[in-house]
Amino acid sequence: MLNKTGIPTKEMVSSKFPSEETLVKPKAILECYEAIPCNPCATSCPFDAIVIEDGLTAIPQLLTDKCTGCGQCVTACPGLAITVCQIVNKKALFKIPYEFLPYPQKGEIWHGLNRGGGIICEAEIKNVIANKSKTALVTVIIDQEYLHDFVTIMRK
Amino acid sequence: MITKDVIIIGGGPAGLCAAKMLSDQDVSVLLVDRDHHLGGQLVKQTHKFFGSEKQYAKNRGFEIADILIKDIINKPNIEVLLGATVAGLYKDHVMTVVKDEKYYKYKAKAFIIATGASEKSLAFENNDLPGIYGAGAIQTLMNAYGIVPEEEVLMVGSGNIGLIVSYQLLQAGVKVKGIVEAAPYVGGYKVHASKLKRLGVPFYMQHTVKRAIGSDHLEAVEIVRLTDDFQEVDSDTKIIETKALCIAVGLSPLSQLLGMMEVDMKYVKELGGLVPVLNNLNQTSNPNLFACGDVGGIEEASSAMMEGYIAGLGVLKHLERPHPKHDELLHMYHHELELLRNSAYGEKTLAGLKKLRGGPYAE
Amino acid sequence: MRIKTHPILSFPDKLDVPFYFEGQLMMGKEGDMIAFALHDNGIKTLSKSLKLHRPRGFYCGIGNCSQCKMRVDDVDNVRTCITPLKANMRIEIQKDKGGIK
Repeated sequence: MLNKTGIPTKEMVSSKFPSEETLVKPKAILECYEAIPCNPCATSCPFDAIVIEDGLTAIPQLLTDKCTGCGQCVTACPGLAITVCQIVNKKALFKIPYEFLPYPQKGEIWHGLNRGGGIICEAEIKNVIANKSKTALVTVIIDQEYLHDFVTIMRK
Repeated sequence: MITKDVIIIGGGPAGLCAAKMLSDQDVSVLLVDRDHHLGGQLVKQTHKFFGSEKQYAKNRGFEIADILIKDIINKPNIEVLLGATVAGLYKDHVMTVVKDEKYYKYKAKAFIIATGASEKSLAFENNDLPGIYGAGAIQTLMNAYGIVPEEEVLMVGSGNIGLIVSYQLLQAGVKVKGIVEAAPYVGGYKVHASKLKRLGVPFYMQHTVKRAIGSDHLEAVEIVRLTDDFQEVDSDTKIIETKALCIAVGLSPLSQLLGMMEVDMKYVKELGGLVPVLNNLNQTSNPNLFACGDVGGIEEASSAMMEGYIAGLGVLKHLERPHPKHDELLHMYHHELELLRNSAYGEKTLAGLKKLRGGPYAE
Repeated sequence: MRIKTHPILSFPDKLDVPFYFEGQLMMGKEGDMIAFALHDNGIKTLSKSLKLHRPRGFYCGIGNCSQCKMRVDDVDNVRTCITPLKANMRIEIQKDKGGIK
């Protein structure tokens, strides 16, 4: 399915999410479904929470207990395949990579998109951190029911 | 006639790494490039590279170019000739160069060909209309020169180049009308495809371009559905209005100079076309001639860098000034290549190399 | 149209460079290659095919395909995608195969 459409199935996506109980604290969601020689996620993690079995090519695995949700891997991933997620009061807080101008501003309400580019919800912009690697880290809040559907944002 | 020790033709990642390897061992090098900058195709790559730290993964392509160029630019034993097109390479080890409308002749003890590759084109009616570009040209225009190609572009090809350039077009504010792919599956890394899908870019799978429409310039493209064995379904076509069509259907090695030297070559589809037969030091069947990077088989900048170092080691050995850590480094770079090729994508390269050199190709 | 802001790259202001295309004054920027300065001025046809005079523009952008060859300051067959623009250059579409003067 991913091969033909570029969109992972619901099962593939939910397999990358830790349980709701675990997501009380922010955790990285490594949406990397393909074994390719690439390890910046693992080498950039300050807590050694990402493991690649052969060091380079295997699909990265998250050691959930070690992950603090710092977001270093989000901006390091060349495929922009990583987000950080936390569930707070029936809302989901996501930190996503963003590489378009103009950047969103704190307080704005943007569209929340699913993996097929469909508009599914509203996303409130909580924070925007620019960084010198030019991949901004944007924190958004969405309703928890869109946990496994939401992936990115679009200006209204 | 100007005599040099080693001449490297091509200042992209392969040529730059070969130059560094040689210069670090006190061999003087002439590095020639027909463009007006070093760095090859890296200079217009704005995406972060994959691979490991050894290939500067996580850095953007143009940042990697800066790193490689900085490594060699002020070395007293590396002379750089830019805007210089190598017109010919002859069996008596003479190279002719055209620069600023003047013609020069050089002779060297060894040559490294690192001339890279060129965009393939696609055959369809009116495929020569202005408005139809190779993906690399679009990338050059917007990333290297800051010029918007058109307001909207239709992309052909879902390999990594097609996917990456489509994303870069979106970043430059250009609408991507869709990606046309002949096969039933996306050719490049799925993460690149996912980035585009979530931004709503349509994928026209199992389609190809039937014809381009326009008189002085492209106005629209007619695409046609393909069966599983790539036959056109004449009744199933669609017209997409667009002022720009971008062709990303693969690269072909620029091996003309190797052809002039009449080294052993083979046509290998998996490697992109006509490629030289190389030993494990990237040496051709002419002992004074080495080749590295895409000219030896289409891969990525990460492999080109490793092959550049290997060719450097090979030339050092050939000049009877082997690197003091020759065996250790050679093993390390080949190991890196093995790791880079250890994926579903690398399998194609490995199959091609097997066809080319037979068996496990390291001698 | 020039890109003013870009999420990854920076494009600092550059000096204007005047040049002539088929006798008409146009502006490019310092550092442009001829073909790209023409593109920015809306000139997409750079050459004509020899027999049928079909319009051609640049295809590869790195000096391989030769669809961008033009007459520059009376010199024929200049690959305009890899030739830097200089002030007051006279650029014309070649009417034929061109020759060495």
